[in-house]
Amino acid sequence: MPPNSVRFKAERPPPRRSTIAVVGESILETLIRLAGMSAIIFVLAIFYFIFKEAFPIFGSEEFSLGEFLFSTQWYPTSETNVRYGIAALIVGTMCVSGLAVVVAVPFSLGSAIYISEFCGPMAKEALKIIIELLAAIPSVVWGFIGLTVTSALVMKYTGAQVGINVLNGGVILALMCVPIITSIAEDALKAVPDSYREAAMALGATRWQIVYKILLPAAKNGLLAAVLLGVGRAVGETMAVLMATGHAVQIPQGLPFGWILDSVRTLTANIASELGEAPTQSDHYRVLFLTGVLLFIITFMVNLTADLVVRGIRRKQ
Amino acid sequence: MKINFVKFCICFPILMGMSFLLISCKPAEQSGSGKSTIQNKGSDTMVNVAQSWAEEYQNVGLGVSIEVSGGGSGTGIAALIAGTVDIANASRDMKDSEKALATKNTGKAPVEFTVGYDALAVFVSKDNPLEEITFEQLTEIYAEGGNITNWSQLGVEVPGCSSDEIILVSRQSSSGTYAFFREHVLGKKDFKLGSRDMNGSKEVVELVTGTPCSIGYSGMGYATPDVKMLKVAAKKGDTAYGPTLENALNKTYPIARALYSYTLGQPEGTVKDYLDWIMGDAGQKIVKEAGYVPLQ
Repeated sequence: MPPNSVRFKAERPPPRRSTIAVVGESILETLIRLAGMSAIIFVLAIFYFIFKEAFPIFGSEEFSLGEFLFSTQWYPTSETNVRYGIAALIVGTMCVSGLAVVVAVPFSLGSAIYISEFCGPMAKEALKIIIELLAAIPSVVWGFIGLTVTSALVMKYTGAQVGINVLNGGVILALMCVPIITSIAEDALKAVPDSYREAAMALGATRWQIVYKILLPAAKNGLLAAVLLGVGRAVGETMAVLMATGHAVQIPQGLPFGWILDSVRTLTANIASELGEAPTQSDHYRVLFLTGVLLFIITFMVNLTADLVVRGIRRKQ
Repeated sequence: MKINFVKFCICFPILMGMSFLLISCKPAEQSGSGKSTIQNKGSDTMVNVAQSWAEEYQNVGLGVSIEVSGGGSGTGIAALIAGTVDIANASRDMKDSEKALATKNTGKAPVEFTVGYDALAVFVSKDNPLEEITFEQLTEIYAEGGNITNWSQLGVEVPGCSSDEIILVSRQSSSGTYAFFREHVLGKKDFKLGSRDMNGSKEVVELVTGTPCSIGYSGMGYATPDVKMLKVAAKKGDTAYGPTLENALNKTYPIARALYSYTLGQPEGTVKDYLDWIMGDAGQKIVKEAGYVPLQ
C-alpha cells in the first residue's frame, strides 16, 4: 500500500440526529423567523399608534394644517389665543442637522480613510476602540457638554451674545455623528477587495491615487449609507440638541452667516420637553403627535432618497 | 486573536461593573413592598426641597422610601391625572379643568396642601447696573407685543453686552414658574417668541451667569453669588423690594407664591404621615434651608 493513500471508512452509517436536535432546530428556526418579522410588526404598530393619536386633530376647530406647517407662532398653552405653528421648529431642525452633517462628513470620511488605508495596525486598533467608545457616550452627556463647555467657547471665540445656538448644537451633534459615520464608512472601505488595491499598486498608483480613483468610487454605496445614517441620527437626536441649541422658537436671523449664532428649537426637542405636560387626548397632545408623524415622514424621505440614489448608482455601473 | 483579547480586557471589567451595579440595586427595590414607596413628581422649582425631604425622611426610620422626580408642575399634574403618582408637587394652582380631568380619570378628587412659599426672583448678570424693575417693564420685555428689546431702553448700559439686545431667558411651557409668571406678572399675556426656554430652574441661573445680555426668572432658592437679583415693584412709583425671606413673609415682595402638594383623595397611611411631617417643624426647617419661605 502506498504510504500516502488515505483510507475511508465507507461503511460508517449516516449521522443520526437526536429528537432534541431536530425539535430544537425547528424551534430555533421559528424564533429566528419571529425575530425577523418583529421589525415589521414593530414599525407597523408604531405607525398605527402615532397616527391614531395624531389623526383626531383634523377635527378640531383650533387647528388648521396650513397654520401648522407655515406659521411660526407656537403658543400651545396660551390662555388667550392658542396657536400651533411649527415652521420655526422645522427650520430649526434643518439648520442644526444641516450644519452637523456639513461638519461631520469631511471629518468622518477623512478618519475612515485614514484608519482603513494609511495608519499602522497598532494605531488602527487603538483608533477603532476609541471611536467605538465615543459612540457609547450618552446623548445627555453630550448635551451637558454643549450647555456648559462648548457654549462658553462659542461665546468666547465668535463674540455671540448667547452661547447656546445653532453653531453650538451643530458642533455637538457633529461630534455625535462622527463615530457612526466613521465606523460604517470604514467597513465600506474595508469591503473593497484587496485585489483592487494590489492591481492599482502594480500599475504604479500612489496611495492617494488609490484612495481617490479606486476606493472611493468602489465603496460609493457604503459611504453614502454611512452619511445618510449620520443624517438620520442628526435629525432624530433629541436630548443633546434640547440642551445645546437654546430651545427658542424663532427662525434664526441674519444672512449669510449671522443665523449660525442664533438660538433655535428643533422638532424632537419640542416633543420631548412638552409631551410630558400635555394632557392626554388634548389638542396640544395631538399636535405633538402630528409633529411625530412629520418627523416620521422626513426620515422616510431621507431613506427613500438614499435607496433611489444607491439604485441609480448601481444601474450606471 | 490579539485584537479580541484587547477588546475583551476593556469590555469585561465594564460588563462586570454593570452587572454588579444591577445586582446591588435589587435589594433596595425589593424591600419596598406595598405602600412603603411613595411616588412624588412635579415642579422643578420644588425638586431640590423635595429631594431633601425624601432624604431626611429616611432618617425618621419608618422604612418608607420616597422616589422624587422633576419635570415641571404640569408634568406632575399630568401624572396625577393619570394616577401614576402618590403626590404631585406644583408651583402653581391646579386648574379646574385639570381637577375635573383627574376626578374623571381616577374617581378621586385632588386635594391640595400648601407646603411652603417661594419668591420668584428676576435675575440679571452680575455686572448689570440695573437695580430695580416694575411689572410694566417686565411685561414690555417679556410679553408678546412688548416694546422693550434693548437695555438702553431701561436706561442702562450693560458691560460685556455689545449688541445692547435683551436676551430673554424663560422656562419650558410645562413649568409652573412659567405659568405663574405669565399669570401674575404678564397679566395672562403670552410670552414673546424667541426666548430661550430652559428645562430647569437651575439652568436659567446658569445661562444668565454666563450671558451678560440676559434676563431670566426662577425661584429665589436657585440664586448664586454669580447673578444679581433685581428688586421688583408691582406698579410704577411703588417701592421696589428685593426677594428676601422677610419681604416674602410680610408680602411686600410682589411675586411670591405658594408651593403645593396634591394627592388623589384625602391621603391615608404613609402618604398622610409624610405630608404631616413635611408641614411640621422638621419639614419646614428644610424648606427654609433650601432657600424657600416656610409656612410660619
